[in-house]
Amino acid sequence: MNPRVLAVMRKEFREYRRNKFVIFTMAILPVIFLAIPVITVLALPANVPEAARKVAVGQSLLMFFLIPMILPTTVAAYAVIGEREQGTLEPVLTTPILDRELLLGKALAATVPAVALGWVMFAIFAVVVRLFAAQGVIDRVFRVEVFVADITLGPVFAVFAIWVALAISVRSTDVRVAQQLAGLTILPVIGLSALLSFGVIAPTLTAYLALAALVAAVDVLGWRIATRMFDRERLLTRYSRSD
Amino acid sequence: MQSEARSAIVARSLTKRFGPRPAFEDVSFEVGAGEVFGFLGPNGAGKTTTVRVLSTLIAPTAGTAEVAGVPVSKRTGAELRRRISVMTENPGLYLRLSVHENLEYFAGLYGLGPVGARRRIAEALEAVDMADRARDLGGSLSKGLRQRVGLARALLNEPRVLFLDEPTSGLDPVSTMEVRELIAGLRARGVTVFLTTHRLEEAERLCDRVAILNTSLRSIGRPDELRRQLFASSIEVRVAQPLADPDHVFSRVEGVRSWNLNDGRYLLQVSDPTIVAPALARALVQAGADILRLAEVQHSLEDVYLELIGDEPLGGEE
Ligand SMILES: Nc1ncnc2c1ncn2[C@@H]1O[C@H](COP(=O)(O)OP(=O)(O)OP(=O)(O)O)[C@@H](O)[C@H]1O
Ligand SMILES: [Mg+2]
Repeated sequence: MNPRVLAVMRKEFREYRRNKFVIFTMAILPVIFLAIPVITVLALPANVPEAARKVAVGQSLLMFFLIPMILPTTVAAYAVIGEREQGTLEPVLTTPILDRELLLGKALAATVPAVALGWVMFAIFAVVVRLFAAQGVIDRVFRVEVFVADITLGPVFAVFAIWVALAISVRSTDVRVAQQLAGLTILPVIGLSALLSFGVIAPTLTAYLALAALVAAVDVLGWRIATRMFDRERLLTRYSRSD
Repeated sequence: MQSEARSAIVARSLTKRFGPRPAFEDVSFEVGAGEVFGFLGPNGAGKTTTVRVLSTLIAPTAGTAEVAGVPVSKRTGAELRRRISVMTENPGLYLRLSVHENLEYFAGLYGLGPVGARRRIAEALEAVDMADRARDLGGSLSKGLRQRVGLARALLNEPRVLFLDEPTSGLDPVSTMEVRELIAGLRARGVTVFLTTHRLEEAERLCDRVAILNTSLRSIGRPDELRRQLFASSIEVRVAQPLADPDHVFSRVEGVRSWNLNDGRYLLQVSDPTIVAPALARALVQAGADILRLAEVQHSLEDVYLELIGDEPLGGEE
């Protein structure tokens, strides 16, 4: 891989590790997002109607798409605007790194741990379901399409959210506003996931794969758009009065 | 043009405006390869902005430039930045990373492999005398120490052209001297150095040539050339007793154009001090004067600077 992208990722990881807010977010949020679906499915009585079970399991699975989206967006929103505020951006921009490499490094650094956490959470969920849930729930969760959906959609949604967060970050003048706006990126994805979970789009293997491919294409486009929006001069010289 | 092939920096009618106000205007100069070039000017003169334009951080409003043989443009920016490095006005260290980690990041950005990076980092830290602080966090360093790390960072990629934006501001006298020695060492290795500073004695001592900027370029040349351009040569004379008839003494010496008495000192405007001074000494002795002092008046770069900029309003005439 490109050494400059790797250098950015490595530096970002080092900074995360020493940032209590990031560590806290990475530790607490996944626990909450795991607890909700576990409680939901374990509380389902064995004789619940099939339709209700389908909805409950669908909602639970939604959580595992949200983990890798929510975790990195707050960090990513801070990624560019935060560096600018600290005054660390200018020296970086004097090196040969390209805008797209800097953004890719930041995006990957934010996504990789979050996606990994999302998968781990899903694995824990699957084990708990296998061991303790009613047979009807096990039958709903242990399906090829559910596993494929989790493995493929988690990362592509996460990357989508990251690009939106970064695009906001390179154009905003305030860290907090950037973080809040970035939080909104999950809305369309919640909608999309809901359509799937509630069966408006048939939750078949083909549908999941097609969706993953579509979002992946949007992700590549997102990288280009975020790079376009990255304006060195604006970042270094434009300050608004409301800062 | 032939000279431009060997020039490390060429600026032609470079202008940068922020809104309607120019940060600098119609600036043209050339810096030869291996030269140490001083860029002097008051606060707000446009020094930092010039460095930012030449290092492709921001685009000029008008004019063209070339650095290390690469035109200044968005398209060629990465190639240009590979050949240069910039010590920015504010060091901008990552406060949560150690000194070594800060440098490691930049070594990576310059595309150095792990082995090469380790060697260069060690050398750069040694060069700024910070080897024993490598494990300290950026946030725990004093202003001057951060400044030195910023300088070490600019040495990592062994640049052809090094931009130093006020490298000694905030440094104590010993560190300042060390930085000056470092710059002298870079010059010996053939690195072109573009140095902005407020410290005129620094520019005078370090720089082959200087430019004086106040939104537009006021003057450019070797420090001694600038002095000669601006100030007529003069000789200062002090004698034990006032001369009875100074006009009579001075008019007999060839090359004395005019004189005046100021605070017990005679100040003579002369053509060439090396010829006039001995003749003047003889004339004074003949006239029975006891000479306490007879010396060519030395103008410092500071005098040049004050003469050019002194009574101008802040940030140029606009
Ligand atoms: N981002 C910006 N937006 C608007 N004006 C700016 C901006 N940056 C610089 N300027 C203006 O351009 C002029 C030149 O600024 P510059 O920072 O280049 O000066 P300088 O010579 O480096 O000064 P100093 O010695 O104080 O560092 C100043 O009037 C400054 O206010
Ligand atoms: Mg400046």
